[in-house]
Amino acid sequence: MRADLDIIKEWIKPRSRVLDLGCGDGELLHFLQQNKQVQGYGMEINAGDISTCIDKGVNVIEQDLDQGLTNFQDKSFDMVIMTQALQAVERPDQVLDEMLRVGKETIVTFPNFGHWRARFYLALKGEMPVSKFLPYTWYNTPNIHFCTFKDFEALCRQKNIHIARRTVVNSKHRDHWITALWPNMLGEIAIYHVTT
Amino acid sequence: MPEKFAADSVGLATPQTLQFDEPLQLRSGRTLPQYQLVIETYGELNAERSNAVLICHALSGHHHVAGYHSMDDDKPGWWDSAVGPGKVIDTNRFFVVGLNNLGGCHGSTGPQSINPETGTEYGPDFPLLTVRDWVKSQARLADRLGIETWAAVVGGSLGGMQALRWSIDYPHRLRHCLMIASASKLTAQNIAFNEVARQAISKDPEFHGGRYKEHNTIPKHGLMLARMLGHITYLSDDAMREKFGRELRSGELSYKYDADFEVESYLRYQGESFSEAFDANSYLLMTKALDYFDPSVDFDGDLVATLEAAQCRFLLVSFTTDWRFAPERSREVVDALVAAGKNVSYAEIESAHGHDAFLIPIPRYMAVFGRYMNRVAAELGLAIDTAIGSAMAKQERS
Repeated sequence: MRADLDIIKEWIKPRSRVLDLGCGDGELLHFLQQNKQVQGYGMEINAGDISTCIDKGVNVIEQDLDQGLTNFQDKSFDMVIMTQALQAVERPDQVLDEMLRVGKETIVTFPNFGHWRARFYLALKGEMPVSKFLPYTWYNTPNIHFCTFKDFEALCRQKNIHIARRTVVNSKHRDHWITALWPNMLGEIAIYHVTT
Repeated sequence: MPEKFAADSVGLATPQTLQFDEPLQLRSGRTLPQYQLVIETYGELNAERSNAVLICHALSGHHHVAGYHSMDDDKPGWWDSAVGPGKVIDTNRFFVVGLNNLGGCHGSTGPQSINPETGTEYGPDFPLLTVRDWVKSQARLADRLGIETWAAVVGGSLGGMQALRWSIDYPHRLRHCLMIASASKLTAQNIAFNEVARQAISKDPEFHGGRYKEHNTIPKHGLMLARMLGHITYLSDDAMREKFGRELRSGELSYKYDADFEVESYLRYQGESFSEAFDANSYLLMTKALDYFDPSVDFDGDLVATLEAAQCRFLLVSFTTDWRFAPERSREVVDALVAAGKNVSYAEIESAHGHDAFLIPIPRYMAVFGRYMNRVAAELGLAIDTAIGSAMAKQERS
């Protein structure tokens, strides 16, 4: 399982109602359905991913995150999750607001643009970072709003969003102690558990 | 006319007529003392009786879902693209049941049947039926066939309304509900189109208050207009533009009030052939059933509360250019199902074909539909046809 999913699966309470925004191939929801009896729904727009969710028996709803979540009632989910999609939505701040409106709790994960490799690329090579983890070039990337841990936390402060838990992982070493020393420099993926 | 049947065709199909003598109490308060249902089945019912799939038809559909009635047939059944060996509703795995609904004009008891009380044709005296009544008669059909639980109830448009009604009225008798290009109720605009169609029929001088048979005639022009109007609304602007553009029949304008444009002659042809094949009283009845459908009326208009009873899993599919049963209508049902905590998946298929898309084997539509049916089969431990899976994956990539 992807490193961030492997960690957040532990943060979901059994039998809770979960909405996974940009659920991809449904890996997380499938696990949660099988092992924690959650009532889960995934939201996705990629046709191939939707089909894979159907194969797995994961509830998947074709809906574009950028169109909002107005079809869901306030606090109608115990947990709203969005993994690795914050940087790809049109207005991350508005999506975050909506997640906190429909969910009692929220988990967000995103790639940290403050990671040393990204800094190195930009500072020394003078080019937008391209890596195995973020393989796109600037003109064709779906990732239009990169941010760093610091940026995200500044947004949370501004919006009075409470950070209940925070973890950073390196895509290979998971939550190594060195990463924890200087997360904004050494962490590749940020995992935030936030509430209002 | 097929010289021989394709490998993925169910081949020759034979309709059966089943007689029901237990009176059917109807929503309107009236009763059908006895009735017949015409059905067609494909595939084999397994020993556990768990692999049955019910196909509910739309406005002008019937029991002849797939295959041919004779080697001389020009066309196969109305959903042959989806039902057959190796197709999305795979008759190698599923026992598929199609029926003609009550009130129809293809053999089941309807306005053209003899009223046992009078000894003459029902005509306009045939009771108005609702989706609820149809589903009740379908449940009796299931009893007759020894099917306690359907693996899936599947329908498009008005057929999707029946599938939804099944999930509410008989929650333990279906495992999956597939509701395609449908709605939980019609909009005012949609009812308005139906009303124009009904007016076209009932104002035809040959209609005679629905007793046209007694006058040895049929309201051909009314039916034709109703169908032409319907046909326009089942297509999208783009689809019509693409199909006909402004093509002229004879290459030049006639400066007469004849059909100049291809689209005019196409509509006339469609209307005319329909008017010869469909009964006017049945058409009126079917459109009324569409208009009346709204299961939430039993729950003060609260669709979430209406769906609380449902136990099955749902798949909803809509098509981007369908404006008669727009994606928004499907999304309303999806949202209510999510709010009610039911298992539901939803796909919105890009298509230029308007409402008609639900009968067209659009690759992504067939992929979603087929993979869902694969899942239905897998849950029941029915054999998975891996060839279909890979064919679908290939279609999707193309």
